[in-house]
Amino acid sequence: MSRIRLAIRAFVAIFRRDLTVTGREFVRFFLQALVQPLFFLFIFGKVLPSIRLASANFGFLMLPGIVALTGLVSAMQGVSLHLVVDLGYAREIDDRLLSPLPIRWVGLEKILFGALRGVVASSVIFPLGRLILGSGYAVRTDRIAEIIGMILLTALVGANLGLLMGTVIKPDQVSLMFTLIFTPLLFTGCTYYPWSSLDRIRWFQVATLFNPLTYCAEGMRHAMVPPIGGRELATLNTTDIRVALGVSVAVMLSLGTRSFRRRVLS
Amino acid sequence: MVQEIDRMPDLPAIVVSDLVKRYPQSAANAVDRVSFHVARGEIFGLLGPNGAGKTTTIGVLTTFVIPTAGTAIVAGIDVARRPLGVKPHIAVVPQLSNLDRGLTVREVLTFHGAYFGVPRKVREARADKLLDELGLGNRKHESVKRYSGGMSQRLMIARALMHEPDVLFLDEPTNNLDPQTRLYLWDRIRELHSSGVTIFLSTHDMEEADRLCDRIAIMDHGKILVNDTPAGLKKLIAGGTVLRVEAWGPPCLGESIRCALAALCGVTRVDASDNSEEPRAMTFRLYSDAAAPVIGPAAQAVLSAGAEIRDLSVRQPTLEEVFIFLTGRNLRK
Repeated sequence: MSRIRLAIRAFVAIFRRDLTVTGREFVRFFLQALVQPLFFLFIFGKVLPSIRLASANFGFLMLPGIVALTGLVSAMQGVSLHLVVDLGYAREIDDRLLSPLPIRWVGLEKILFGALRGVVASSVIFPLGRLILGSGYAVRTDRIAEIIGMILLTALVGANLGLLMGTVIKPDQVSLMFTLIFTPLLFTGCTYYPWSSLDRIRWFQVATLFNPLTYCAEGMRHAMVPPIGGRELATLNTTDIRVALGVSVAVMLSLGTRSFRRRVLS
Repeated sequence: MVQEIDRMPDLPAIVVSDLVKRYPQSAANAVDRVSFHVARGEIFGLLGPNGAGKTTTIGVLTTFVIPTAGTAIVAGIDVARRPLGVKPHIAVVPQLSNLDRGLTVREVLTFHGAYFGVPRKVREARADKLLDELGLGNRKHESVKRYSGGMSQRLMIARALMHEPDVLFLDEPTNNLDPQTRLYLWDRIRELHSSGVTIFLSTHDMEEADRLCDRIAIMDHGKILVNDTPAGLKKLIAGGTVLRVEAWGPPCLGESIRCALAALCGVTRVDASDNSEEPRAMTFRLYSDAAAPVIGPAAQAVLSAGAEIRDLSVRQPTLEEVFIFLTGRNLRK
C-alpha cells in the first residue's frame, strides 16, 4: 500500500475512533453544547419580550447569534477539551501519533472532527429555537446556502481556535484560561446584539472587530434575519465577513498545527 | 507497504551513530554521542538508572524526540528524516499506560489495527487471538478504565503486536508490576523473540536484563559505558569474583582500611561505599583474580585497622556488580 493511501486510511480510522467515542457520550455532548445557549434563547428571546423588557423581535434577532455561538463553542470545546486529555499526563494520543500518517494530519483530524461537532450543535438550534420561540421564530428561507456556508465557516473557526487553545494552554491552567478567554469571547462577539447597534459606543464597536465570533454572528444574521418592516437588517458587509473569517482560519490553522507539533514532539 | 528491511535481510534492525539529544534549557546532553546497533531478531537491553537517557533514546528511535545530532536508523530508514517510513515497522510499549480510555479493550486493538491499515476481518481475528493468548479474552468488552496495571501492560503489548512490527520497543516493561505478572511478561517477550521480532528493551532491573537480553548496553549520564552479552559484561570484573566486606567502626578509618585492602596480594581494585544513614557502616568491594585467598588477609586488614567485621561474602558477578564496577554507584539509588 502506498504511503499516501496508508496515511488516508489512518486518518479515516482516527476519525471513526472519534465518532465512536463521541457517539458513546452523545447525551453529554448535547448537554455540554446546548444547555447554555438554549437558556439564553429562552430568557432573552422568550421571557424578556413576554414581560416587555425587550422588544418582540429580540428573539429572532438573537437566534443567529446563538446559532453562531453554539457552533463556535462546540467546535472549540470538541477540540480543546479532548486535547487536554490526549496531551495530558497519560498521553493517550501517542497511539495515534505513532500511526503511519503525518503528525500534522492528526491535528487536522481534530479540527475536522471538532468542526463536525460544531455543525451538528448549531444545526440543532434551529428546531429547538422554533420550539422555544414559538411565534417569535423567524428565519428567512431565501438564503439557505448562505446559512449552510456560515455554519461551516463558524465551525471551522471554532475548531481551529480549539486546536490553538488546546495546544498552547497547559493542563493545570485550563480552567483559568477558559474563563479568561471564553468570557470576553462570549460577550464581545456581537452574539446578543447586532454590530450596527453599537454605533453609540464606538470604542466597543471597534473592539468587537477583533473577535472572530463577531463576523460569525453578523454573517449568520445576514443570512437568517428576515426584513423587518420591509427593511433589511444592517450587518457587516458579507465580503468583509468572509475575508475576516478566512484570514482567521488561515492564521489559527498555521499557528495551531505548529503548536500541536511542538507539543507532541520534543 | 514498502518493506525496506525485507529487501536487505542482513541489515541490522537498528543502527545508532553519535546520537546526541540536548533539551532546551538543559545544561547537559540527555543522550551524549551514543552509538550502537541491534541485529535483526535480537533482544537488546538498555540498562541504566532512572535519568540515564534510556527513555530519550527510545523517544528518538520511535520518532517522538528529534535528535540534536547524529543519526538513528531503524529498519533501514533514517528516523529523523523519514519518520513516516519508520512508523509501520515499529511498535512501542511505554512505561506508563497510554491506553485510549475512551475505548473498550477490544476496540483498543481493532482501532490500532485500523490506524495501520490492517483489513477489518484480519484485525478482528488478530485482536481476538491476541486477547485470548494474553489471558484477556473474557474481559474484552470492558472499558479500558477498569483495567489494573498488569492487565494494561498486557493489553499494551497486544496493541503493539496488532500491526506485526519488525521492531518492538519496550520501555521499562515490568516496572511496578507484581512478580507473577513480571514472570508472565518475560515469557511473552521470549515467545515474541522466538517468532523473529527484534526487541529493544530499556530497564533498570538487572535481573530482567540478564535473563532476557542477548546483548546489553549499560547507560549512565547519557553515555553508553559498555555494550556486550551478559556473559561478556560479567567478564569485565577482573578474575570474575568480588569479595564484599562490611566493616563497622569510626568513619575516619575508612580510607586507611581501603588502602590496606588495596595493598593485599592479588587484589586489583577496591571500591568503598558509605552508608548515608549509618556512617560507621562501611562496605568495601575487593576485585581480585580469586576471592578465596584474599578472605583471610582482608579480614585481618580490617581488624588490624581497628574496625569490626560485620559480613564477608564472595559474590559471583552479576550485572549489578558490573554496574557498580563501572560507575561506583548502585543501580537502584
